[in-house]
Amino acid sequence: MHTVLRSASKQVVIGHDQPFCVIGERINPTGRRIFQQQLRAGDLSAIERDVAAQVAGGADVLDINMGVPLTDEADLLARAITLVQSRTDLPICIDSSVVEALEAGLSVYEGRALVNSITAEDDRMEAILPLVKRYGAAVIALPNDHDEIPMEPEKRLELVDRIVRVATQEYGIPLEDIVIDPLAMPIGADPAVGQAFFETVRGIRDRHGINTTCGAGNNSFGMPGRDQLGASFLPMAIASGLTSAIMDARSPLMVGAVKAADVVMGNDEWGMAWIAAYRATQAAAATT
Amino acid sequence: MTPDDILRELYDKTLVGNAPAVLELTEAGLELGMGPETLLFDALIPSLEEVGARFERGDFFVPEMLIAGRAMSGAMNRLRPLLAETGAQTVGTFVMGTVKGDVHDIGKNLVNIMLEGAGFHVIDLGVQVAPEKFVAAIQEHQPDIVGFSAFLTTTMPMFKANLNALQKAGLRDQVIVMVGGAPVTQEYADAVGADAYAADASATVKKAKDLIARRRAAVPV
Repeated sequence: MHTVLRSASKQVVIGHDQPFCVIGERINPTGRRIFQQQLRAGDLSAIERDVAAQVAGGADVLDINMGVPLTDEADLLARAITLVQSRTDLPICIDSSVVEALEAGLSVYEGRALVNSITAEDDRMEAILPLVKRYGAAVIALPNDHDEIPMEPEKRLELVDRIVRVATQEYGIPLEDIVIDPLAMPIGADPAVGQAFFETVRGIRDRHGINTTCGAGNNSFGMPGRDQLGASFLPMAIASGLTSAIMDARSPLMVGAVKAADVVMGNDEWGMAWIAAYRATQAAAATT
Repeated sequence: MTPDDILRELYDKTLVGNAPAVLELTEAGLELGMGPETLLFDALIPSLEEVGARFERGDFFVPEMLIAGRAMSGAMNRLRPLLAETGAQTVGTFVMGTVKGDVHDIGKNLVNIMLEGAGFHVIDLGVQVAPEKFVAAIQEHQPDIVGFSAFLTTTMPMFKANLNALQKAGLRDQVIVMVGGAPVTQEYADAVGADAYAADASATVKKAKDLIARRRAAVPV
């Protein structure tokens, strides 16, 4: 099943038979005090630098989050999206839990965006899915509800079933436009979460055939050697059916692992992209 | 084993998070007639302080902190009733929870470990804690401090909702309110009217101790 995202001039397809989709994650002020101060003062220049770095690293889509406390997030997100679209032709994942901000972002976005995100909670679906429908976007959905993030894969899959049923039947969202984020949890806090994640991803692929994503960095939180862990986690998740991840494209280890997984999965036919990247690296080395 | 051996071993086993050994050593110490305060203040707390210091320096990682905390909690479950009997004054009672709408708990759990490690009695309400649940817990446990944790910019406004609920229940002046979490700033804490903000686990412990000392000095018990 294919989830199609577009900017004004470029199309990206997410699917089990497609190269893995790298959603660059750094355009996000959470935990970055200086960036927050700049944004609050209306200075968006750091965004341009982050966009350039993600694009250079090999991002296919850019996640944009403007969650700065005590600001007008809707206005900020709309301005950021307009700026990013003037600098790159990559499609955008509009990331906010503020409904007004998502709407403001969607209204200025040119193309077919990915909305991040809804949960299995009725009020979230009711507020956001009509917007997703109206703007013809795709949407990321998280299998948690008001009570909990269930730890058992079967319970998460039940919430996925519910999201799929409500989104398609009650809001008319096409099945292929639902991307599930099965919630990657930190392995450092619970050694069972890796296997549980893979099982959930497999379950989503087997039951619904739909696309999946995750915050790739979550898995390695609190551990040393995070890029190395991510470079192991991602290919294992890909083998289980993961088709995209929100990740830092500045990490050659993780991006390299994903590109290698494309070859191994048969989604980089004859390894042509892999070989081309190898030649480009050699050529770059020869000229320096 | 001599009492000194027990204390040394208890310190070492807590440091590496060996929960079964810590519990066994606690039992062995009690059988030797060692007081619960001795085990707590001369082994468990210093060990957890060292764990916290190593974590701060980047020498210890999240799993090491969690298993050390778990080892200490096991011992505390055994010692707490005994400590209550001796009537030893606790450092303070801390009710803690992640706000409604937010399910992130690792940061909060690390703070809890450091607080317990510093001798606080921590009552953890878990995640997705609604304002009325904070109110009920404060009424039940009469803590010195209540801590609100939020990991998302969108759940931070629950601080204000919680504070309003405390106000309405007439509890606001009885309890010190601390807030924290990845996106939280001092500025935001001030804006919602919290008593204190702390950026990390050790800062929380330090501020919590200072605030309680100040309050106890101001209000003769």
